Amino acid sequence: MKILYAAAIAIVVVGYVGFAQGVNEAPEGVELTGNWVSRSFTEWNTNTHRAFDFLGMPLNEAAHAWTLSHSEEQASEPERQCAFYSSTYFPYGFAPLPMWKETELQTGSTVAWVVGGWLDVVPMVIWMDGRPHPSTYAPHSSSGFTTGVWEDDVLTTHTTHMIANLLHRRAPHSDLATMTLRFSRHADILSLTGRIEDPVYLSEPLYVSREWELSSVPVNRAAVPCTIAYEGVAEGTVPHYLPGQNPFVEETTKLWGIPLEAVQGGAETMYPEFRKKIKDKYVRPEKCVANAAELAAGGCGGPGRVAPVIN
Amino acid sequence: MGHPFFKNVYLLIGAGGLAVILLTMQDRGYSQTGRGTTQGNQTAPNAKAAAPFDPTGYWVSLITNNWRFRMVPPAKGDYAGLPISVAGKKIADAWDPARDEAAGNQCKYYGAASIMYQPTRLHITWQDDNTLRMDTDAGTQTRLFQFGNRTAPQGRSTWQGSSVAAWEARRANVGRGNNTAPSARYLKVTTTNMLPGYLRKNGVPYGESAVLTEYYDLFQEQDGTRMMFVTAVVQDPVNLEQRYIVISHFKKEPDGSKWDPTPCSARW
Repeated sequence: MKILYAAAIAIVVVGYVGFAQGVNEAPEGVELTGNWVSRSFTEWNTNTHRAFDFLGMPLNEAAHAWTLSHSEEQASEPERQCAFYSSTYFPYGFAPLPMWKETELQTGSTVAWVVGGWLDVVPMVIWMDGRPHPSTYAPHSSSGFTTGVWEDDVLTTHTTHMIANLLHRRAPHSDLATMTLRFSRHADILSLTGRIEDPVYLSEPLYVSREWELSSVPVNRAAVPCTIAYEGVAEGTVPHYLPGQNPFVEETTKLWGIPLEAVQGGAETMYPEFRKKIKDKYVRPEKCVANAAELAAGGCGGPGRVAPVIN
Repeated sequence: MGHPFFKNVYLLIGAGGLAVILLTMQDRGYSQTGRGTTQGNQTAPNAKAAAPFDPTGYWVSLITNNWRFRMVPPAKGDYAGLPISVAGKKIADAWDPARDEAAGNQCKYYGAASIMYQPTRLHITWQDDNTLRMDTDAGTQTRLFQFGNRTAPQGRSTWQGSSVAAWEARRANVGRGNNTAPSARYLKVTTTNMLPGYLRKNGVPYGESAVLTEYYDLFQEQDGTRMMFVTAVVQDPVNLEQRYIVISHFKKEPDGSKWDPTPCSARW
């Protein structure tokens, strides 16, 4: 009888341990591994947005002050050249999205999913083994710390511990920012949607998304080693603009006729009713405007400007 | 170890462990008894009863990207980010909103292929057990999603076309018995029979042979916010060089107090 009891307990324990490992696994039939590429139908190319352009971003007053003082030349500071973007880059950036999973050698269970890096962003490791996020005061990094769970057949990730960095379109995010991403696959399309929260610079959550298509062409999977060089900004210098001196503040208004109250962002610019507020202030340009360099890069779009996905 | 006390302990541990496993499996959705599933060979009675989530209510679009193409009419000739073809560009280059107004075509930018990408509110209701109705306050349009084994009806084209809908699952019907269907996870809508319209307000066209495929995902955030993301795929081999894919964001609203019907406009 004792043997029977012992066997029953062993079965229960082994079964539960095995099952507990299984909760990290993708549901059967759902596969995210592959090379995902985006044609960037969303926020495309340099002519999609300008140096001072925060349209539709729920920035608060602190962020507004930050954007007025920010100079893009800061990226050339020797101290910042290799800082890389944070993981908020993925739903915004132009890099491909190679994904693969790292497994535990003995059991084959998934320890983590990885989203590959690029020229200016390091890979994002999505821990699936149930480990907790570090303490509030643990060191931060550009990639932050990310855990993931399967919500039915959608991979949902949560990122904390990112260092203060640039959000989309040169807006800031603080080191208190967090990001929730959802990887939702529909046939050969991956819908990446997410929510970024930041108590320092955002008055409401910022919802982001990008569409990806499965490609058979291998893509870069790792960040490229960075070497610091002189780019015109001396060490110890922080390029910036004093109040009233940012030369780019009116650029978007002059180029596209969009009033400044929209350009500087704010939660109200996300909502449909904001259109009423600017209806009498918006001046539609007669034709698409872009400088020579932007036109050469496909600034106004046109046939052949969007490369097809190879699959 | 032969003492009855230890036997009872073994029994309790075994039963407890089994209960934990069963409860956990239920949490993971392996029980296949939730809404939107089919039990054995029984099929769900209708689309409304089979819905894996409740899409009804009022929703507001959040325009956080491609703002200058969506919130205001962009300049003529601005096709950035669109896979426009030579034939499509020829039509777009000739865009004339006054001509559209004169011809009664001011709703060309409010067709099914573009309405969801606009700044708008949605009011979603069940018209009947197998028809999901979606009203937009932008352009006061109505879309009807027909569930069931239907083929796209023929006949007169309309701005909103004919939409066939289905609850779909990403995962295959594998494992855990052959009589269980995978739980549906998202709504797929395929729309055809649309009148030629615009993908962008500045006249970028889609034609009558265009096919719109949409995937609706609903999520609830930890703070209770309900979000709906619509991945839209437009295929038009005449006017587009490749399929065009965008994602729209909608946030659930508590009521219709901000519902603001506005007519179609060719200029704003």
